[in-house]
Amino acid sequence: MKLVTAIIKPYKLDEVKDALKGAGLAGLTIDEVRGFGRQGGHTETYRGAEYAVDFLPKVRIEIVVADPDVDRIVDVIVAAARTGKIGDGKVWVTDIAKLVRIRTGELDADAV
Amino acid sequence: MDSGNTAWMLIATALVLFMTPGLAFFYGGMVRAKNVLGMLMQNFFAMGLLAVIWAVLAFSLAFGDFGNGGLIGNLDFVGLRDVATGLGPAAMKLSIPFVLFCAYQMTFAIITPALITGATADRLKFSAYAVFIGVWVVVVYAPVAHWVFAGGWLAKLGALDFAGGAVVHINAGAAALALILVLGKRLGWPRDAMHPHSLPLTMLGTGILWFGWFGFNAGSALAADGVAAMAAMNTFLAASAGMLGWVAVEKLKDGKPTTLGAASGAVAGLVAITPCAGFVGGLSPIAIGTIAGVVCFLAIQLKYRLGYDDALDVVGVHLVGGLAGALLLGFFADSAVNAAVVDPGVFLGGGFTLLGYQAVASISVLAFSLVVSLALAKAIDMAIGLRVSKEDEMNGLDLSQHAENAYAFDDLGSMGRIG
Repeated sequence: MKLVTAIIKPYKLDEVKDALKGAGLAGLTIDEVRGFGRQGGHTETYRGAEYAVDFLPKVRIEIVVADPDVDRIVDVIVAAARTGKIGDGKVWVTDIAKLVRIRTGELDADAV
Repeated sequence: MDSGNTAWMLIATALVLFMTPGLAFFYGGMVRAKNVLGMLMQNFFAMGLLAVIWAVLAFSLAFGDFGNGGLIGNLDFVGLRDVATGLGPAAMKLSIPFVLFCAYQMTFAIITPALITGATADRLKFSAYAVFIGVWVVVVYAPVAHWVFAGGWLAKLGALDFAGGAVVHINAGAAALALILVLGKRLGWPRDAMHPHSLPLTMLGTGILWFGWFGFNAGSALAADGVAAMAAMNTFLAASAGMLGWVAVEKLKDGKPTTLGAASGAVAGLVAITPCAGFVGGLSPIAIGTIAGVVCFLAIQLKYRLGYDDALDVVGVHLVGGLAGALLLGFFADSAVNAAVVDPGVFLGGGFTLLGYQAVASISVLAFSLVVSLALAKAIDMAIGLRVSKEDEMNGLDLSQHAENAYAFDDLGSMGRIG
């Protein structure tokens, strides 16, 4: 099994969630995070003083996926999160050494 | 000049002005966190822009040529000419300085367009908003105020409106409906949840509105007298009963009494008692408030049926609550409370005469405001665009319209000064 991690634009979260539900996914975890990338930041103005805000709000999605589903799930996320503009984010996949479902004690593939 | 009346009206003017920040927080708590400054700014900006337009032009159009039985005032008081001294035209029978009357009415001209901001929340471009309310207060508010408050055709007809059920609430509600029909729905509505980001702010705003409303309704007596006292008591009871009515039906329908329901019910009661405040007595305000609480609760469901995005229920509460109050006055108006009631209401043995006048006044104001506001919204949309871009709407009005952030809870990350 693999851990799929995606960093996306916050307002794309609902579309990504709906797309993943449509693809049969049972659950996911999200975080509000901030990041700095090629998109750059925005400016805010307070009493005439202008400030550059470099770290922009993003949403991090984490999903544990069974091996045969990995490519399909990644494709679903990419399709739903894409606007074509700088700042759409990234998706990456990492190996999981061990997985336990807390309620039942099931292990690895059974716990996905 | 009566110093007691003047003292009360100075206070009442300040009370009504305080309602606009109250409204800002009432609405501001209900929008998402990324739009709260946009909402506060629209309401506060009305206090800046509309006060100036009122003094320069709109007051004269509303209150010039008092008692002409017509459609609009004149230019006698443009730029506050002849307003600074004296008690104003004899026909107005004022016992307070004319300039104080002008200031008091100014606070009404500010909050009425500001009421619209709840309907257009989260997507109206700030520049388009400023143009809309600036023109609207001249071409819609001033004439309608003249019809009702300045001896215009509806006053002459015999329609009653103590503090602005038609002038303020029906008028603003109809304009809100027109604006959202041109503006369209918020992105994602009604599919996505758009929860209030801070109900405590909304409750605070409700308290300020309720407090300020004593100036709005009791102040509309233009004197510190028995009618003002009656209006104050009626205002209190209608708000209380409105809260009870709303919370009771929401408990029956949805299972839980909510803070937002209590706040909304109180405001519905306040809206409905506005036209009635100095014209009814006894337990009538309790009946009027309760009916308004129940009717407005049902009315806010309409937007889902009919598919218009009245974001914070301005149509459901102000248009419907204003109509309810204006028409209920036709049932409850009591000449023993106020000698200005020539034809008592249906329940006071006066027959259906007053109810007929109330219906004419309500429908006329609704239709006029709706049609002119639609034309104005369409014209602004074609000229500069009413709506923010999709990207700006997603990022929120605070950042896109005002380059500010409402809640800076931490200083994580860099924020370097560049200019």
